[in-house]
Amino acid sequence: MSVLTLPAQPGQDTAPRPLPWRRMTWVTWRQHRALLISIPAVLAAAAVVLVIFGLKAHHDYAALVNCPLNQGQQSSACGKMFSNFNSNVWPLANALSILVQLAPVLIGAFAGAPLLARELENGTYRFAWTQGLVRERQAIAKLALLGVTLAVLAGAFGWLFSWFFQPFLWTEQINQLSEGMFDASGLVFPAFTLVAFMIGAFLGMLFRRVIPALAATLGAYLALRLGAWALHGQYPVTVVTSNAKLINAYETPGTPGFPWILNSWFTGPGGKPLSSAVTSRLQDLPLGGSLPPGVTEWFKYIPLSRYWPMQFMEAGWLLVLAVGIGAGTVWLVRHRAA
Amino acid sequence: MTVLTTRASRLDRDARGESRPVPWPGMLWVTWRQHRALLITVAVVCCAAVAGLLAAGLRIHHDYALVRACRPAGSPACQGLSNFFNTTDWHQGAIVHIAVQAAPVLVAMFAGPPVVARELETRTYRYAWTQGIGRVRWTAVKLALLGSLLTILAFAVSQLLTWFFAPFMTTQQLTDLTPTVFDTSGLSYPAWTLVAFCLGAFLGTLLRGTLAGMAATLGVYVGLAAATWFYLRDHYPAKTFWPMQLFEAGWLLALSAALIAGTLWLVRRYAD
Amino acid sequence: MNVIETSELGKRYGKSWALRDCTLSVPAGHLAALVGPNGAGKSTLMNMTAGLTVPTSGTATVLDGHPAGSTAALNGVAFVAQDAPVYKNLSAGDMLHLTRNLNRHFDTAFARARLADLGIPLNKKAGKLSGGQQSQLALTLALARRPRLLILDEPLAALDPIARQDFLAAVMTAMTDDGVSVLLSSHQVAELERVADFLIVLSRAQLQVAGEVDDLIAGHRLLTGPTAEADEYASRLTVVQARRGDAQTHLLVRTTAAGEPAPLGWEAHSVSLEEIVMAYLRSPGVGEAAPPTRVQRPQPTEATR
Repeated sequence: MSVLTLPAQPGQDTAPRPLPWRRMTWVTWRQHRALLISIPAVLAAAAVVLVIFGLKAHHDYAALVNCPLNQGQQSSACGKMFSNFNSNVWPLANALSILVQLAPVLIGAFAGAPLLARELENGTYRFAWTQGLVRERQAIAKLALLGVTLAVLAGAFGWLFSWFFQPFLWTEQINQLSEGMFDASGLVFPAFTLVAFMIGAFLGMLFRRVIPALAATLGAYLALRLGAWALHGQYPVTVVTSNAKLINAYETPGTPGFPWILNSWFTGPGGKPLSSAVTSRLQDLPLGGSLPPGVTEWFKYIPLSRYWPMQFMEAGWLLVLAVGIGAGTVWLVRHRAA
Repeated sequence: MTVLTTRASRLDRDARGESRPVPWPGMLWVTWRQHRALLITVAVVCCAAVAGLLAAGLRIHHDYALVRACRPAGSPACQGLSNFFNTTDWHQGAIVHIAVQAAPVLVAMFAGPPVVARELETRTYRYAWTQGIGRVRWTAVKLALLGSLLTILAFAVSQLLTWFFAPFMTTQQLTDLTPTVFDTSGLSYPAWTLVAFCLGAFLGTLLRGTLAGMAATLGVYVGLAAATWFYLRDHYPAKTFWPMQLFEAGWLLALSAALIAGTLWLVRRYAD
Repeated sequence: MNVIETSELGKRYGKSWALRDCTLSVPAGHLAALVGPNGAGKSTLMNMTAGLTVPTSGTATVLDGHPAGSTAALNGVAFVAQDAPVYKNLSAGDMLHLTRNLNRHFDTAFARARLADLGIPLNKKAGKLSGGQQSQLALTLALARRPRLLILDEPLAALDPIARQDFLAAVMTAMTDDGVSVLLSSHQVAELERVADFLIVLSRAQLQVAGEVDDLIAGHRLLTGPTAEADEYASRLTVVQARRGDAQTHLLVRTTAAGEPAPLGWEAHSVSLEEIVMAYLRSPGVGEAAPPTRVQRPQPTEATR
């Protein structure tokens, strides 16, 4: 009896092979083709709408920008242009801005929840998870490829939306750091999309069913947004100043509205705090107006120049969160018996 | 070898009974059992909404009464009350209002498409549609039961919301015809809920998939709502509150009926 | 009375026909076995008689003239599709309740007793039952509806040999006790040979042969003789399948007259049902639909070539 033996070749048979990204790209594309076609299609359609209205808004804005914002100071021509802008252009822009807020969670829920849960629900995991490429690596590849793709698409769309909305920052006195605007622009918008996608995939693995995971993703994302909003005041970007002119800059044409005032208080002569009775009387005075002698009004706020540092910070922890949730998903894939 | 040879009861075969349709009430239990998770979720959400609206509404009405009764009017104390009402209370009221406005499409998105699409996706229609009741009656009764329930709940919630929101009509200088108020009062809110559900059922059946149906329902509903807000309402034949409400509820009801008819037609001619 | 009658029944998906020109009549009180290779059109035929699929051409009626899928048909026909669909998230007890609510007639006591006898727990989710148990559950629900026609698409596939025997015994009992007619498809011809009394053979979307088993067996013979004479006799007889060797040729022929002696130098043997089926499957296009069986007619008609 002869036995055939092959010596193990060290370095070839024992070392873990790198992830076959090219092949997994094809697999991901083919399996999630409907998603990868429909999401860009919807975003493209929305982009067309944004471009058309954006051009009109920018055109009207160019004429408006030399008018004073204060209605009492406007000439009749300015007044007419403003009222036209506010009744014809602003309502649609407002509606669009609300819809744009929904984009990350919708993309995340509809793309993330079925990613892995669908295979579990209809039993095809019994094929996919018994292939040569182990299941965790398939999951890593899918999460990375789709996550990056969706984040890039969202980033591009968010950039387009920022351009679209720029005129309204001044006409409606909206600050870029305010809740609605900050999270729909810059790096934070794609970061939220990525996190929503990871949440969807994670909950899909957790519940093993698509529809409950989808519903739970909506709820989890809402909680995340509320948490992020609560955190806004905690970033180390705040500035304390007593210069009311920095706050009161809205008269200058083309500048957006009030920055976000986190806290304001008064001090008396020598910097001493004032009693609550005095403070409440002082609060009734108009902003930026003259104060009694010795009294200083202080503001703790986030200046507009801190927009990008704050974007990096928020996008940073969102990215860490996304990677963490993604790792959790891969862990579930590895250890779930299904 | 075990073979069951006893027959506990033998049913009479009634030649006339063979062609009479299966009685409807059986579908009550069927609808409940097959959509139990959805119905329970809807019940929980509804109860939470009602409780929240009541609790918050009582507080808001209380605060508003204080504002109204404050003397001397114009004093800093009264101004303070008024400011508080117009900022904190209004903030809460606006958020609640937006949430209630968004609820119908979200509920319909989860309720409508699975009715038919889930059967097609899991291929259990091969059981469900070969039972005595027949596929059209099966679908029609389910849609009627679920749609009616959602519409009635929506009507109740919108009435509660109208009560909740009443103080802000004065303080925010809103009228009955302000678009967001018009959407959530009278007959408009339940009608939009019904149409959202019927859209979900139709699109789920048309696209033969739950997820696709959900996404399509969201898109079509948003488009329809936008078209109504920005265009259709300007062309109504009436300009006062109740005539406009009746007109809007009317065409929404007609659209719902058409969508249901379309769903049943798709079900009837479905072939693998 | 014919439980199933089809006339030029056909179904096309896109450009290809899944079934065409199918004309057959299955008499009541029989267990009709539907056999054929994969893709032959068995499921398509069953789906159309159950009312799930609308024919592209032709008609299908059940239970003496009711159109397939009509209310009367749905009331009287119980269908179990391939892989026995049940709601995976409902328990067996829920499935009982469901079926009772969706039908005019349902024998709950019988269904419970049968499930208990089979050891299928009522409170376990159907998705957690084994494949065989799901099949048994689906059959129980169908039997409990007390149909006049039972249509079963490959019900034996998920069952072990003992379960298959029990299943067929339960079906036979329903036939004798309640007069249920059965249409059953399977790959296992040998097993069906003992229970089936009507045979339908499909191959390549066409009906090859259909008829009472007794008639088919009596009407086919295997002739064995010298190859040199084979061609001469082949042209005179209705040959279903010819197996030519160097010296000997076996001809499976369809005869019209029973008891006719074999030609000189040739031997005649009777053939089993399985041999008949295999012959028709290996030589598609040879057979045409058998004429309606004897029930409605006073005398048998000739099978035409």
